[in-house]
Amino acid sequence: MDKLMTVRCGGFSRRINLSTLLRLVLALALTLLVILCSLSLGKVNLSPLAVLRILFSSADPSLTFIVEQLRFPRIFLAALVGAALSVSGLILQSIIRNPLASPDLLGITSGASAAAVLYLSFFSVALGQQFLPVAAMLGAGLATLAIYLLAWKQGASPLRLVLIGVGVSAMLTACTTFILVFSPLTTTLSAYVWLTGSVYGASWPEPLALGGWLLGICPLLVLLARQVMVQQLDDSLAQGIGVRVQWLRAGLLLVSVALAGAAIAWGGAIAFVGLIAPHIAKRLIGPGFGGQAAMAALIGATLVMLADLAGRTLFLPLDLPAGIFVAVLGTPFFLYLLIKQRH
Amino acid sequence: MSNGLKLGCAALALLLCSLLSLAVGATWIPLSQVAAAFVHPDASSISHVLVTSTRLSRTLMAIAVGASLAVAGALMQALTRNPLASPGLFGINAGASFFIILFSSVFSLSSADAWLWCAFIGAAVAGCLVWLIGNMGQGSLNPLRIVLAGAAIAALFSAFSQALLVVNQDGLDTVLFWLAGSLSERSLSVAAPLLVCSLFALLGTLLLAGQLNVLNAGEEIATGLGQRTGLIRIAMSVLIVCLAGSAVALAGSIGFVGLLVPHMVRKGLSIDHRWLLPGCALTGAVLLLLADTLARVVMLPQEVPVGVMTALFGAPFFIILARRGGRHG
Repeated sequence: MDKLMTVRCGGFSRRINLSTLLRLVLALALTLLVILCSLSLGKVNLSPLAVLRILFSSADPSLTFIVEQLRFPRIFLAALVGAALSVSGLILQSIIRNPLASPDLLGITSGASAAAVLYLSFFSVALGQQFLPVAAMLGAGLATLAIYLLAWKQGASPLRLVLIGVGVSAMLTACTTFILVFSPLTTTLSAYVWLTGSVYGASWPEPLALGGWLLGICPLLVLLARQVMVQQLDDSLAQGIGVRVQWLRAGLLLVSVALAGAAIAWGGAIAFVGLIAPHIAKRLIGPGFGGQAAMAALIGATLVMLADLAGRTLFLPLDLPAGIFVAVLGTPFFLYLLIKQRH
Repeated sequence: MSNGLKLGCAALALLLCSLLSLAVGATWIPLSQVAAAFVHPDASSISHVLVTSTRLSRTLMAIAVGASLAVAGALMQALTRNPLASPGLFGINAGASFFIILFSSVFSLSSADAWLWCAFIGAAVAGCLVWLIGNMGQGSLNPLRIVLAGAAIAALFSAFSQALLVVNQDGLDTVLFWLAGSLSERSLSVAAPLLVCSLFALLGTLLLAGQLNVLNAGEEIATGLGQRTGLIRIAMSVLIVCLAGSAVALAGSIGFVGLLVPHMVRKGLSIDHRWLLPGCALTGAVLLLLADTLARVVMLPQEVPVGVMTALFGAPFFIILARRGGRHG
């Protein structure tokens, strides 16, 4: 039996599972450790102590520049992208009631990719790169809106939502491939790097913009968190216990698009995090959306940070996109959990 | 309309589309010439040679690939009991792509014939890996586990491919075109063993159709009725790898057909596998033939990847079908 702890503060009361809390604290410690490692490794290797000295007191200006202006924003962006994608995947898996659901499968990624590739091929010369995130986010939002409207028929059933999502996604991917095959090789290459997902060359405004956006979504997430588990029930059962199923579904879909769309807009189409991190979290932490979401966020953040670290240090002087290493790092751990757990 | 009549219509559509596919291309060959090419072949006539060589091989391959992918998709969805499952979920497309990229960049193999076999081997390796992990540690195949293992292995292989593509940028264009799916540049003599393989696998699935209905009723019921579920599952997995593996080797990774055609046929025809599987084979073949014919002529003289065409023309149709049916359909 798990030990429980009750926190009471005026009218607020919450029971906390101690083993969940312990695991979350461990995951948080791991995340912080990975941040510290990422800050110290690179073309110039520093010791973790030196990094701490640079962060908290003054040091050699060139080293300070490397750590605070080159590495920190990039790591911060990677962490935010990973966390946002994983939480989005967790929400989608519960509203679609399918373990395969993820932002990649449901048209969010393909909408953003199609818009981004379109932008890179036709508008980037005239407008520059700075509007790429806006284009990607617009694409994700429009694709999801189209899917929701097409799936609506006296309510949006999960199966119809996902099937139409896959259909729309197939069309958008086809458009992306079409543009890629018929555009000049330079565009193809930059688009290909974007599609793989990379946080290369991030500077402070990017993670701050993404962080601000995610912070804005957080209250909505907290508000809806208690209801997420209800979505996994049958629609009629959920209605029976007094939940407005359709509103909740639309709200959750909106939150997950806002999370994943923003992450993809700034980090490129990093695949697989949104699928694998929620599953790892579900295998580490028992039922309950709050704990699983926190765990998924930490795992997603760690995974993308590690992937980026591997991408920029393993094949020096090449700087490979983080998206490549997410699957390479995440899959073995995931398969280990899958094999270990026997129902 | 009865189910038999619907299947008949689909077969007729397949015949018409094949004729169209033989006649249409960069140069239009009248149907009388197409017929003459088969009845009285004239080696000195260019159009006769064109019809009996390149166009015939393309048409046959489009039929085989479309039918194989659609049937493999239906099998996969029955095996995993997941409506989102597609043949790609066995890691087959990712495995095939990875082997082709690996061999073309490391051993600089560049002939389409060599790619064919690389792709088939890659597909088989990935399929076996997924199957092993899905089965590891317990007797019967757990649908959830195989789905997750498949997704993970597919992601792993495509990550390897992406890494190779980013590092080795030469030849990115040809490989990209191949990956997008294309039926051009495959000679019939090289493709023949794979065509035969997929034909036999298609016949094999038809024999299994009745058993699939029993299996779909649930593990306990199927066992109670005396079915050896483990054996049926192994047979299904082998058939999926044969069908989807030869399809990806012949035509590159063509998405959409394997995932969505089974849903279309389920809505339009029947959920009984004895109707569903032949329906899938015919619909898949018609869809791919049409897409390939269009891909040849839409942007002359350049050719559009056929995978792009299937999704662009199939998806709207699929969305309309998905909206049809009941509130919870």
